[in-house]
Amino acid sequence: MDFLRPASWEEALAAKAAHPAAVPIAGGTDVMVEINFDHRRPEHLMDLNRIGELGEWEVGEESVRLGAAVPYTAIMEHLRGELPGLALASHTVASPQIRNRGGVGGNLGTASPAGDAHPALLAAGAEVEAGSVRGSRLIPIDAFYTGVKRNALAADELIRAVHIRKADGPQQYSKVGTRNAMVIAVCAFGLALHPASRTVRTGIGSAAPTPVRARTAEEFLNAALDEGGFWDNGRSITPSVAQRFAELCSAACNPVDDVRGTAGYRRHAVGVLARRTLAWTWESYRGTAAAEGGV
Amino acid sequence: MRVSLTVNGRAREADDVWEGESLLYVLRERLGLPGSKNACEQGECGSCTVRLDDVPVCSCLVAAGQAEGREVVTVEGLAALAGRRAARGAPDGPDGPDGPDGQGGQGGQGGPGGPPGEGATRLSPVQQAFVDAGAVQCGFCTPGLLVAADEMLERNPAPTDADIREALSGNLCRCTGYEKIMDAVRLAAARQGEAVRPCP
Repeated sequence: MDFLRPASWEEALAAKAAHPAAVPIAGGTDVMVEINFDHRRPEHLMDLNRIGELGEWEVGEESVRLGAAVPYTAIMEHLRGELPGLALASHTVASPQIRNRGGVGGNLGTASPAGDAHPALLAAGAEVEAGSVRGSRLIPIDAFYTGVKRNALAADELIRAVHIRKADGPQQYSKVGTRNAMVIAVCAFGLALHPASRTVRTGIGSAAPTPVRARTAEEFLNAALDEGGFWDNGRSITPSVAQRFAELCSAACNPVDDVRGTAGYRRHAVGVLARRTLAWTWESYRGTAAAEGGV
Repeated sequence: MRVSLTVNGRAREADDVWEGESLLYVLRERLGLPGSKNACEQGECGSCTVRLDDVPVCSCLVAAGQAEGREVVTVEGLAALAGRRAARGAPDGPDGPDGPDGQGGQGGQGGPGGPPGEGATRLSPVQQAFVDAGAVQCGFCTPGLLVAADEMLERNPAPTDADIREALSGNLCRCTGYEKIMDAVRLAAARQGEAVRPCP
C-alpha cells in the first residue's frame, strides 16, 4: 500500500488521475473500518486532510458551499441557521468523536443508503461538486445515488464540495434507531418546506437501495396545499391530507429485511416520520408566518 | 513509512509503519503507550479516544499517516495537560498537577524511546474523581472516558447531566451502568468549580 499525501486540490486530482483506484480518506470513519477489518486493501490510500479548503465553507446568496471534509460538528455548531435539516441530521451521526472527523463528502463517497446526511440533502436540494483533471461539474443530488453504495462519480473524480440550498422555510429530520447515539439508521426521513416556491421536498434514508425522494407524496402535498390555499391562510394541515402524505411516503420505500429491521417496519416507520415531520415543519411555518403578519 | 508526530508534548517518531495502520496501533505497539485501548476497531466503543490537535477522536479511525506533524494527547498525558491548564490559570485550579508528561504509563515504566515520566504516577483531577467515585470496574473503557470527560470539562466547566451524557455518548462501558461514571464527572466538575471560586 502507498500513502499519498496531496498538499493541494490540484495535486489530489493528479494523483487520482494517475491512480484511479486510490481510496480517498478524510475522516476515516468508513475507510478505516474496512481496513481494520481487512475488508479492503487499496493499493493507494489518499489522505485529504492536508487540503485545507476541504474543511471550509462559504455562505452565499442562495446556497452554502460546504467543503467535502467539513466535520459534522462544525455543521451543527455553525450552519444550523442556513442548513437546519442537515444540522439536525449531523447531530444524529454516531458520537462526538465520529462527528469531529466525519463529513458529508465521506457520506456521499460511501453512498450508503443509511448515510445520515442524504435525506437532509435531498429535502433541501443540493448539488455535488466533483472535480478531476478533466474539469469540474455539478451533479444534482437526485442524480448522484446510483445504487447500493454506488454514486455518479467517475473513477478519476473526487468530491470537492456540496452546494446546498439555504433554507427558505422550516426543515426537519428524524431517524429511527435503537438508541440515541451510535446508531445506523433503521430508517430516516428529511422534510423541507420551501415557501418561496410553495413546494415541499422529502428525503428517505435506509428504506430503499439508495436514498430517495418521495416524489409522488411531494406532488400530492404540493397540490393539496395549493388547492386549500394553505400557504396563504396558514391553516393546520387536515388529518386526511397528512395521512395520505404519510401513505405515499411509505409507498416510496423499497426496503429490505435486515438485522436492523424488517421491510414492513421500515415502511410503517417512514410513514410515521413523514406525518410527524410534516406537522412539526408546518406548525413552525404557521408560527413564523403569523409572527410576520403574513397570514 | 516513518511517521513523526507530537505525543503528550514530546516529539516522537515511529518507523516501519504500515500505510494502512491506525494511529491507535502506532501509539500502542510502536510508541509504548498502551493506555488507549483497542476494542472494537470501528469507532463504536470510544475506548481508543485521544485528542488530535485538541479534538477528541477515535484513534482507531485515524490513519497513522494522517497524524503526521500533528499533536496527540493520550490518557498518559492527561495529568500534564491538566497541569498546563492550571498554569494558565484555568480551570483545574491552583493545585493541579504539573511536570513533564507521563510517557511510560502508570508506575513510571518507560516505553521504548522514552524515559519514565516524572508525572506518570500523578493523576489529573478527572482521573482522581474517577478513583474517588468508584467509576472504574474492569477499566477497559476508562482511558477513553477520561479523555472525553476531560475535554468536555475544559469546554464546559458546568455541564448538565444531559451535557455529560452527550459528551460521553461515544464511550461504551459494559460494567458500571454509567451511574458511577456520571458521579465522577459531576464530582470533577464540582471540584473544578470550587477551585476557581473563592471561598466565602
